[in-house]
Amino acid sequence: MEYLIGIQGPDFVLVAADNVAASSIIQMKHDYDKMFKLSEKILLLCVGEAGDTVQFAEYIQKNVQLYKMRNGYELSPTAAANFTRKNLADYLRSRTPYHVNLLLAGYDEAEGPGLFYMDYLSSLAKAPFAAHGYGAKRFILNLPSFTVRLIDKDGIHDMEKLTLSGEMARPMKATFYPAA
Amino acid sequence: SGVCTRSCKERGKDIVVLGVEKKSVAKLQEERTVRKICALDEHVCMAFAGLTADARIVINRARVECQSHRLTVEDPVTVEYITRYIATLKQRYTQSNGRRPFGISALIVGFDYDGTPRLYQTDPSGTYHAWKANAIGRSAKTVREFLEKNYTDEAIAGDNEAIKLAIKALLEVVQSGGKNIELAVIRRNQPLKILESKEIETLVAEIEKEKEEEAEKKKQKKST
Repeated sequence: MEYLIGIQGPDFVLVAADNVAASSIIQMKHDYDKMFKLSEKILLLCVGEAGDTVQFAEYIQKNVQLYKMRNGYELSPTAAANFTRKNLADYLRSRTPYHVNLLLAGYDEAEGPGLFYMDYLSSLAKAPFAAHGYGAKRFILNLPSFTVRLIDKDGIHDMEKLTLSGEMARPMKATFYPAA
Repeated sequence: SGVCTRSCKERGKDIVVLGVEKKSVAKLQEERTVRKICALDEHVCMAFAGLTADARIVINRARVECQSHRLTVEDPVTVEYITRYIATLKQRYTQSNGRRPFGISALIVGFDYDGTPRLYQTDPSGTYHAWKANAIGRSAKTVREFLEKNYTDEAIAGDNEAIKLAIKALLEVVQSGGKNIELAVIRRNQPLKILESKEIETLVAEIEKEKEEEAEKKKQKKST
C-alpha cells in the first residue's frame, strides 16, 4: 500500500514516500518517485488512483510554474495548497473526479515551513505532521496521550526523550518529534 | 505608427543579448520599469516594439503555451516552436472577422534543448525569420546597419563582447546614453538575467574609454 509521511520542524519540513508502484500484488516498479517539485521550495507528494496521480500533480506543477512566469515570483506554499484544493474540489462534483491523496510541503520566507494534508474529498489541513496510507495509522502518534514503548532484540525500551539526534544511534527505530 | 521603443538583439556563442531603449517617464510617474523584455519560459524570452497592451496578450498566450507544451510533451519548447506559435496567432488575427492585427513586432531569443542559441523576429503580418542579430522599432534601420557592419566573429567572441556590441548598437540611436538602456541576457542553462543600471553604466564607461583609445590611435597614425 502506498504511503506518504510528512513532519514539520522548526525551519524545515521532512517528507518521505515509498518507492513502489504496484498493480494488485505485483510490484511493477520499486524506484517510482511520488514527489513532484512545484517550485524551488514546494514539493507535492501524491498517491491514489493510477494515472490520476500523475495527471493531477503535473497539471498543478505546470500551473504553479505559469504563475511564476506571469508574475515574476513564486506562489507561496499556502497559496499553492489552496489552489490545489480548489482544483480538486472543482473536479470532485464533475463526471471526472481525481482520486488522489496529497501532502504539500513548502518553505516560505515569511511564514516559515508548512505541511498541508489534502485528501481525495478535497479537505485541506495545515498540520505539524501528517501521513497517507497504512503508514498513517502505524507511525504518527500524538505522544502525550500515549505511553510508548518499543520492543526489539535488545528488549523493551521506553521512549521518553524522542529527538532526531538522540535516535540516530539506533537506526532500526522510527524517529519522532514530540508533539507541540 | 505606435512603435515607441527600439530593441536590439543578438546571438553570441553561449549568450543571447537583448537591449531596449527605456521610455523616459514623466516627472510624477513612478520609475517602475515598463518591461519591454519578458521571460516566456526559463530558457526563452522576448522583447517587443509597438503597442504594449497588445504585447501583454501575446506574451500571456505564449507563456501558457510554453507550460502546456511541457505538460503534454515533457520537453521545453524550442525557440522556433514558440515563435511559430506566436506568428500563427498573429496571422489568425489578420484573417478573421471583426479583429485587428496585433500591433507589435517581437524579437524572441533563447537556447534550444540541445544548447543552440536562437533569435527570431515576428511582425504583425505573422511572418517570422531567424536572425543572427537584429533590431526593431524606431530607427531600427540605423541600428541594423551598425550591426551588419560590426557583427563579426571576434565581436561576439566572449559574453562581455557580445553585451558591449548590443550596447554600442543602441548608443547609436539612444539620446541620453546608458541611463535609458535596459539590457537582458540569457546564458546557456541559466534563466533570464536583467542587468542592473550600475552594470550598464560600467559597460558604457568601458565603451567610451575604448572609443577614446581608438581615436587616440588614429590621431597618432595620422600625425606620423
